[in-house]
Amino acid sequence: MAIRTEPFILNMGPQHPSTHGVLRLRVTLDGEVVTDVELVMGYLHRGIEKLGENRTYAQIIPLTDRLDYVASMTNNFAYVLAVEKLAGIEVPERAEYLRIIMAEMMRIANHLMAVGFFLNDLGAMMTPVLYMWREREKLLDLFEMVCGQRLTYNYMRIGGVSHDIPEEFLPALKRFVAEMPGFIDEYDRLLSQNEVLLARTKGVGILPKDTAINTAASGPVLRASDVKWDIRRADPYSIYDRFDFEIPVGTVGDCYDRYWVRMQEMRQSVRILEQAIAQLPEGEACAKVPQLLRPPVGEVYGHIEAPKGELGFHLVSDNSIAPYRFHIRAPTLINMTALKDMAIGWKVADLIIILGSIDVCLGEIDR
Amino acid sequence: MTKALNGEEVAKKIAKKFPGSIAAADKAAVVVTSKSLYQVAEFLKNTRTLDFDYLTNLTAVDYTDYFEVVYHLISLRHNHSVVLKARCYDRDKPAVPSVVSLWRAADFQEREAYDLMGIIFEGHPNLKRLLLWEGFVGHPLRRDYL
Amino acid sequence: MPLKEIDIAEGLKINSLMEASQQPIPDPDKWLDEEIRRNVLITTVDYVLDWARSRSLFPLMFGLACCAFEMIGAAASRFDIARFGMDIFRWSPRQADLMIVAGTLTWKMAPAVKLVYEQMPEPKWVIAMGQCAISGGPFRESYSVVPGINRIIPVDVYVPGCPPRPEGLLHGIRKIHEKIIRESIKKA
Repeated sequence: MAIRTEPFILNMGPQHPSTHGVLRLRVTLDGEVVTDVELVMGYLHRGIEKLGENRTYAQIIPLTDRLDYVASMTNNFAYVLAVEKLAGIEVPERAEYLRIIMAEMMRIANHLMAVGFFLNDLGAMMTPVLYMWREREKLLDLFEMVCGQRLTYNYMRIGGVSHDIPEEFLPALKRFVAEMPGFIDEYDRLLSQNEVLLARTKGVGILPKDTAINTAASGPVLRASDVKWDIRRADPYSIYDRFDFEIPVGTVGDCYDRYWVRMQEMRQSVRILEQAIAQLPEGEACAKVPQLLRPPVGEVYGHIEAPKGELGFHLVSDNSIAPYRFHIRAPTLINMTALKDMAIGWKVADLIIILGSIDVCLGEIDR
Repeated sequence: MTKALNGEEVAKKIAKKFPGSIAAADKAAVVVTSKSLYQVAEFLKNTRTLDFDYLTNLTAVDYTDYFEVVYHLISLRHNHSVVLKARCYDRDKPAVPSVVSLWRAADFQEREAYDLMGIIFEGHPNLKRLLLWEGFVGHPLRRDYL
Repeated sequence: MPLKEIDIAEGLKINSLMEASQQPIPDPDKWLDEEIRRNVLITTVDYVLDWARSRSLFPLMFGLACCAFEMIGAAASRFDIARFGMDIFRWSPRQADLMIVAGTLTWKMAPAVKLVYEQMPEPKWVIAMGQCAISGGPFRESYSVVPGINRIIPVDVYVPGCPPRPEGLLHGIRKIHEKIIRESIKKA
């Protein structure tokens, strides 16, 4: 006989170790079982969309850095692609390759943190994070080499990238690409068949395929639910149609699948990097674009496959130097819609894992 | 490559089913009257040849004399997309029907549009401020908010 | 209490805090004054106490935005904050004496910051890490951002940068040490 208890409302956050920032959850509990989750957000709402309306197109690039601060480079990438689509700007070949290299490096760096903090939420306190931080530091060094910053890069420009890579960059990147598969193998050995990890994540927080599509989940969350949808393949932007890579998909859409998809995506990113380095042509790093860009009247929606999912920019231009409307389609905000479906029926400790497996970033949710 | 469907052709299909529901249409987008938005959305979602099962992006734009709610729809099966728009001219109480019951992805995005742009989505199960706090005066993304 | 009423009550709290904190709180920077009069006995006690305090700070994990990642970077093995006696980031304010506010503070978050600060036991110190915490940074003119956390809580050390490098944070922590060394129990 099940004993019913009074529903209990538990407040998690905004200052809480496992909310990856300043997210707040109002969890309704029956005993220890989650019966409802209400998300309260906006604790990092910085009004980037409003600020963007008062800045020129080029001045917005630094603002986009601060959206998803774990993967700043891809935010730059999505934004400049949208502006180029709006203004009809051609990008030099070399710049396209440099962008792809940066975006895939960023994907590895993001997934390292996603997996690391996911295991942190599982209770493997700090050990996996410290391992993965070791590799992330190597990537940050590479980024620092090209643009002088560790976290907010501001590297992409409308029409290319801000400047060409220094000569010591490619040898260092080649070294990284050569040794990274070994590190991923190391994590695999350490984690993927780990008894505790399997017991805590297999079958936990299942997101069925139709719910995933209906809630417009994207990125690894969608692919873990066995939907083969990757914008790099479905709607190839930049020069992604020139690379050979696979799209890993999960089988049931539980937390383990989301973890597994991220691990596999890192391997695929290494593959793309190898090809991009081999094909990298000589040439200009940036096209000639007027400082004060005035795109023609119109609107555009440009989207890319950011590490966390579909990152889109909806820009409306009125032929002035600043966008008339600047809207960001943030992947994690929309992935969070499905959190409730995944969490109901599980215990509080599982809720933490489920949240970790979505890979949230508050800068992007709140904007 | 995701094929962007021609708005005029989609508009023709919609007009055949629901006469009088199209307010305007061009190559890029279909503009429907806000009254018939829900019917049209349901039609776009449930017709097999269109099959728009994925609501990517929902946003609102303030054109000072009217608000435009923009829906970016994708069909994962056919890999094509369309842009659906609805306009509301009432500045004090702009309202469009909510599409949460069709695409749950609209849940947070409609709340966000309500919060920042002040558009009321009729039929939304939990329409309250998402990012700002209760008691905040005004809707900051409107053009007249300073 | 129904959730809606909680929301309204919280909104009122935010609005009243917003009204009350339009002016920055002056920095507690008497420590810059070189001539601190000390008597002999207290000096020795002070010396031991301050030495002990400065060498075992317990930082509070308070990552708000981007800067939090550099803070974690400072704690990870490469920059290794443990060299300065700060092995563990505390998650509970009641166990911490150094608050590193890393990131943009919004008005919605401000009551929580104030509450957490008040929950920390004395003596306590605050580092404002990054442009946003110092002055609002690139988001200063935004409608929802607090232009500097010194409107909410007094700040001891400001670490500029967007975000500051881990070395920058370590430098800020050294400054906190210097400040603690000059403190006297007489004042407290």
